[in-house]
Amino acid sequence: MKWNSESRLNGLALLVALLPVWEALSRTELVNPLFFPPMTRILRSFFLLTISGELPYQILVSLERAVAGYLLAALVCIPLGIVMGLWNQVYRMLELLIEMARPIPPPVIVPVAMLFFGLGDEMKIFVIAFSCAWPVLLNTYDGVRSVDRVLMHTGRTFGLSRGKAIAKIVFPAALPQIMTGLRVSLGIMLILVVISEMVGSSDGIGYFVLDSQRRFKVDQMYAGMLSLALTGYALNQLFLLLYNSILAWHKGLTRAA
Amino acid sequence: MKPLGRINLPGLATLLAVLLLWEGFSRGSASLQLYFPPVSRILVSLYELIFSRELFGHLLATLGRFAAGYLLAAALAIFLGIILGYSRLAYSFAEPLIEFLRPMPSVAIIPVAILFLGIADAMMVAVTVYACAWPVLINTIDGVRNIDRTLLYTGRTFGLGRWQALRKIVLPGASPYIVTGLRISLAIALILVTTSEMVVGGSGLGYFILDEERSLRTGNMYAGIFVVALLGYGANRLFLLLEGRVIAWHRRMTAGETV
Amino acid sequence: MHLLEVEALSKSYRQIGGESTLAIGEISFQVEKGEFVSLVGPSGCGKTTLLMCIAGLIPASSGMVKVNGAGISGPPKNLVLVFQEYNRSLFAWRSVLGNVLFGLEVRGKLSSEAEDRARHLIGLVGLEGFERHYPWELSGGMQQRVAIARALAYGPEVLLMDEPFGSVDALTRLELEDTLLKLWQELKTTILFVTHDIEEAIYLSDRICLLSRRPSRVVRGIEIRLERPRNQLATRADRRFVELRNDIYKQISDQAAK
Repeated sequence: MKWNSESRLNGLALLVALLPVWEALSRTELVNPLFFPPMTRILRSFFLLTISGELPYQILVSLERAVAGYLLAALVCIPLGIVMGLWNQVYRMLELLIEMARPIPPPVIVPVAMLFFGLGDEMKIFVIAFSCAWPVLLNTYDGVRSVDRVLMHTGRTFGLSRGKAIAKIVFPAALPQIMTGLRVSLGIMLILVVISEMVGSSDGIGYFVLDSQRRFKVDQMYAGMLSLALTGYALNQLFLLLYNSILAWHKGLTRAA
Repeated sequence: MKPLGRINLPGLATLLAVLLLWEGFSRGSASLQLYFPPVSRILVSLYELIFSRELFGHLLATLGRFAAGYLLAAALAIFLGIILGYSRLAYSFAEPLIEFLRPMPSVAIIPVAILFLGIADAMMVAVTVYACAWPVLINTIDGVRNIDRTLLYTGRTFGLGRWQALRKIVLPGASPYIVTGLRISLAIALILVTTSEMVVGGSGLGYFILDEERSLRTGNMYAGIFVVALLGYGANRLFLLLEGRVIAWHRRMTAGETV
Repeated sequence: MHLLEVEALSKSYRQIGGESTLAIGEISFQVEKGEFVSLVGPSGCGKTTLLMCIAGLIPASSGMVKVNGAGISGPPKNLVLVFQEYNRSLFAWRSVLGNVLFGLEVRGKLSSEAEDRARHLIGLVGLEGFERHYPWELSGGMQQRVAIARALAYGPEVLLMDEPFGSVDALTRLELEDTLLKLWQELKTTILFVTHDIEEAIYLSDRICLLSRRPSRVVRGIEIRLERPRNQLATRADRRFVELRNDIYKQISDQAAK
């Protein structure tokens, strides 16, 4: 039988073939069913938890915090990045502070946030905003800096004021790079919401997965992870949709290049 | 990388201003001192900690897990990445699994790891390996796939066998991509190590920082944060140094391209 | 025994719809040791495909390629192909010297002798002083010279060249032609040269194989009896050169029109 090396079916076939294997191994206790519950039990947990609303609730709770932090970072850092990109003095002033704050691994901000905000939503929003800030800020800055000077001059020669030039030329031209920063931050957002919930929370999907493990409700734990994966996937797809509609021109440009 | 020769005066001025304001406000208000201990006190804490060797133990623990997890991930991911990049067949089998696992934030693996490996070092290294492998894997696959066919044909016309072609053409050609993945993973490694230390406790800078926060010894907490940031910074500089050696040709080539 | 012999070579491609296109009909010709032979034909007649088959980089659909009497299966050891897209075939991570040394490394020669030989070849192609430069720092013509030096460092018996001067400007091309002739005469390599430029073919070769349009076959072999060493001004002004050019041009036009 010749394998079509391009077909997506290969991998899917593999996964489908593995499922009964996992099931068999688990049920016959060849692998410890505590660590590897049968796939059917995991899926059953998943469906039950989804229908009961438990999983969607936890996900929603997490997403609320996550998106709040994400938007906060975007609303602060995109304008700041533009300003830094256009006025080098501002960049120079902030450069050292940024270079010192950047290497701080986001998780260790959690205790600081806990100090200020306790264990509430604000703590998580703060952590997420702090973590998402850097990719957005730096990519916006890069994007603005690499806007071709010729484009700027074109705007000026058409009599555009500074403000208008920024809105009509700099921002669109830098947008691909800004979107890159936003995309990277999307992943970071999800990671940090999980981290902040694992370390200091009593709800949210991160807490749910950890808590399930602590209570040895292993199938619930896996179900939680599955829902996280699906959420991550859905967010990515959503972002891609947005990206493609906003940046359709950019795709064409890079393809032609 | 900015040349260190040029001193950033406005930057230094801003930094100094912030520090002075911090010190000033902190000393002026007792309640603020809890959240923002005076910079001087943080520095004193730092000094004391270094000499008490308490922090040193935590630093070593974190460093060990960080290095082990990162290097293991790199070796594994580059190896797998080359195979999957080379063989369309192998990749077609792996692709759905990769696409399925990718969107899941790698920190979610921590509870699973605790289940399997308890709360020991092995668990922290394992989650680090898992998380760091992804960027390196994806980038390696990309790098290998993007090798220009003409380069491969050139190798074949010179009679290069499969292994030689791998060593002399594929690896050097894919190295810019691989290095990008390795750089991303460096930050991820530190994130995973500190997170697992915070979740599981025991030792390490992550645990230390959290613990000091819980005990409201905020001076120590900030000192700990400073040390871990330094660790991250140091690792990054080291990486850039090594990267410079391996990828100098690519850096200069692409530098010439920007308009 | 011929050094290189192509026997009834044909190559067809399977299209996405399932039908096959015949790129090369049955092509047969021979190349003797020390010759400079050019393959000339209308655009799209499959010259590159032919060369790739001879170089053993893609398999032929039928027919044979023999080097020194033995049929090939895969890239033959004593034969090297120089590509048209030099910028994609040079190794960006190696300097000029590094690239040229590659040809020697593969042969297992790593010594100060090898470096001397590499430097000698770099000098022969006129790139002395550029050993430490990287490919992207050089112009197109210079890059192609590096590719040629690299191929020659390998020491092949037969050098296949796929429109090597197609992507350089006209003046550089004339320089490169003379450089190539000088190398050929000094190193006594056998060269099979593909080009669409009729005058270039006449200028360089001992013999020209004229190809028809797709599916290509050899229409005619033409002997070039112009004296060597050739000269850009004198040879091209020669009456016989002009006659050959007109003759070949007419034949190709007729081919393309068919």
